[in-house]
Amino acid sequence: MKESIKKPVLAVGPFHPLQEEMEFFQLTVDGEIVTDIDVRISYNHRGIEKISETLQFDQVPYLVSRICGICSASHPLAYVQAVEEIAGITPPERALYVRTIINELERIHSHMLWVGLAGHFIGYDTVFMWAWKYREPVLDLLEEITGNRNNYGNVKIGGCREDVPNEIIGKMLKELDALEKKTDMLTKAVLDDPVLHARLKGVGILSYEDAVKYAVTGPTARGSGVAIDVRRDDPYAAYADLDWNVITQPEGDVFAKAVVRLLEVFESIKIIRQAAKKLPDGPIAVEVKEIPAGEAVGHTEAPRGETFHYVRSDGGNRPVRHKVRAPSFVNVPSFKASCIGEEIPDVTITLAAVDPCYSCTERLAVIDENNKIVHDYETLLKLSREKTAKMKKEML
Amino acid sequence: MSWKIWSLKKSPWVFHVNVGACNNCDIEIVNCLTPKFDIERFGMKLVGSPRHADALLVTGVGTRQAVVRLREVYRQTSKPCVVFIIGACACGTGIFHNGYHVAGPVDKVIKEVDPNAIIAYVPGCPPKPEAIISGVVKALSAI
Amino acid sequence: MNQEELKNKISEIKDKLESIEQPLENRMYLTCKAENNYDISKFLFEDVKARFVTVTGIDAEHCFEVLYHFSYDQTSCVITVKAIISDRENPSIESITSILPAAEWIEREIHDVLGIDFKNHPNMRRLILSDDWPEGVYPLRKEIKK
Ligand code: SF4
Repeated sequence: MKESIKKPVLAVGPFHPLQEEMEFFQLTVDGEIVTDIDVRISYNHRGIEKISETLQFDQVPYLVSRICGICSASHPLAYVQAVEEIAGITPPERALYVRTIINELERIHSHMLWVGLAGHFIGYDTVFMWAWKYREPVLDLLEEITGNRNNYGNVKIGGCREDVPNEIIGKMLKELDALEKKTDMLTKAVLDDPVLHARLKGVGILSYEDAVKYAVTGPTARGSGVAIDVRRDDPYAAYADLDWNVITQPEGDVFAKAVVRLLEVFESIKIIRQAAKKLPDGPIAVEVKEIPAGEAVGHTEAPRGETFHYVRSDGGNRPVRHKVRAPSFVNVPSFKASCIGEEIPDVTITLAAVDPCYSCTERLAVIDENNKIVHDYETLLKLSREKTAKMKKEML
Repeated sequence: MSWKIWSLKKSPWVFHVNVGACNNCDIEIVNCLTPKFDIERFGMKLVGSPRHADALLVTGVGTRQAVVRLREVYRQTSKPCVVFIIGACACGTGIFHNGYHVAGPVDKVIKEVDPNAIIAYVPGCPPKPEAIISGVVKALSAI
Repeated sequence: MNQEELKNKISEIKDKLESIEQPLENRMYLTCKAENNYDISKFLFEDVKARFVTVTGIDAEHCFEVLYHFSYDQTSCVITVKAIISDRENPSIESITSILPAAEWIEREIHDVLGIDFKNHPNMRRLILSDDWPEGVYPLRKEIKK
């Protein structure tokens, strides 16, 4: 009668103690080992595909940029590309470059965000605070260009709404230089840290075969050695003219995904530098009159993977069907392959669930009685590096 | 001022409830904690359970599936508490107002549970961290 | 495979298709009857080695269309299989989850929002709609206005 014994079920969600969307995970466990996993979504279902049918073609980009706040440049771009395909519109050259720049800035801040959160999930809040501090200048740049820190709403059918003014470019490149240095430091710290190795390596492995079967995309796929990237495979915006690499890692564990994301930040910086240099003069939008009947697909590489939009028009002023496939929709179910057989604490990072604990080391200064600063940022950094090196020796 | 209200205003601990947001409002809330804004200096922090919280930060439209849980979370929060409604979605369902799966706006849902709830609104899509902080300060000084 | 070879490869299953359209060099639309969809999807995934992207369900007033999108990344070709379900009363189609676990969620979603039944699906529970959503109301059907 073994079957009739109820297996213990561990519930995670729907409200996680941190942020991100609500999801409800039910982990069936055997001791510490997870034997099955079930996910219930719907908490965040707003019926966007139906709302889209009630909006006019040029209003939809503002709706789809609100599907996901962090991918608020790639969703409208995918939609706009689909509509442009139906109507046979070619946006002006400069608009393509502006789109590229905005999308890459978005990728940088999104990857930084993820790295920070990943650090937070495993209780390594130094990484969290650093990464989130470094992404602030990128948000400020985006605000200067588009008028909003997130939800830029910058693409429209036929081009872009706001230009990247030539005056900003110098500032942007300077910020990127600073960011590159900091990311370099962060990457080295992460790649070198024995604690992170111990915590993330070999955890939550998604094999190459499973990655193909579950059709995952983006860094999730590239972390499992599947070299797909829409920017290279089906170049849009200005990617075909620029020179950059697709980063892959064969291992498929959480560490590999972190490495892919960190290295992609450098590629994005590279792309923006080239795009800023090549940025052609000219208008940023063409006039669009009518959208004829037809159907088309548009896809872009969002920070999390391929964003796919299908649009059908009947010649009226609203889409008759607009399908959105966000990258997480295929990436999340792959938990079934990567989590089963893992221990509970490892599943939580694989699921990116939370260990609520906050600290902030960044502005720490140790002050002695006479109010003289004994350790400031630089010396503390040095001290912590030495400590890491010592621990590394001990652990090896 | 009763001592309960007095203590509510000092170093409020907040619990963050996402009831169908696009994540941007949530990220801006977390941004308030990170080095650039760092409101933890003032003793405000995110806590993991509504029972520890003095304030709820609610974001998102309030989808049909989520409002049921929102009511429950509000009931579990220790009273008195302040409900901060963050973002255009939460204030009035915003761009999603005619969605079939939307049961918001959030203030309506909260008032169903407790007509006397203390509610503060921070509009914006998303409100900048500065706006969130200023909204919290204004609301707390108005109580 | 280059684009030419891909086209030749796809013409191997010509007898299962109603039509092949190619509006752009790297966009293909293959129309078929609902009952052939399983074989075609299997062929695309296993023989052509295309990557599964997603499924779109459409209420096209007189019939339902179920669009299986695949992407053949070597030639950047997006292949869309358009399966037509003409029975509006009891729409059903064969599930492809057994070959492609990636399709599990999207088939459940289409079942929720359009009421199309996926035969032999391992787990046809509600996914995207709330627990208190009434049975038999399919929000993406055209007759539902709000
Ligand atoms: S108010 Fe705007 S930013 Fe906030 S959740 Fe809604 S759509 Fe997203």
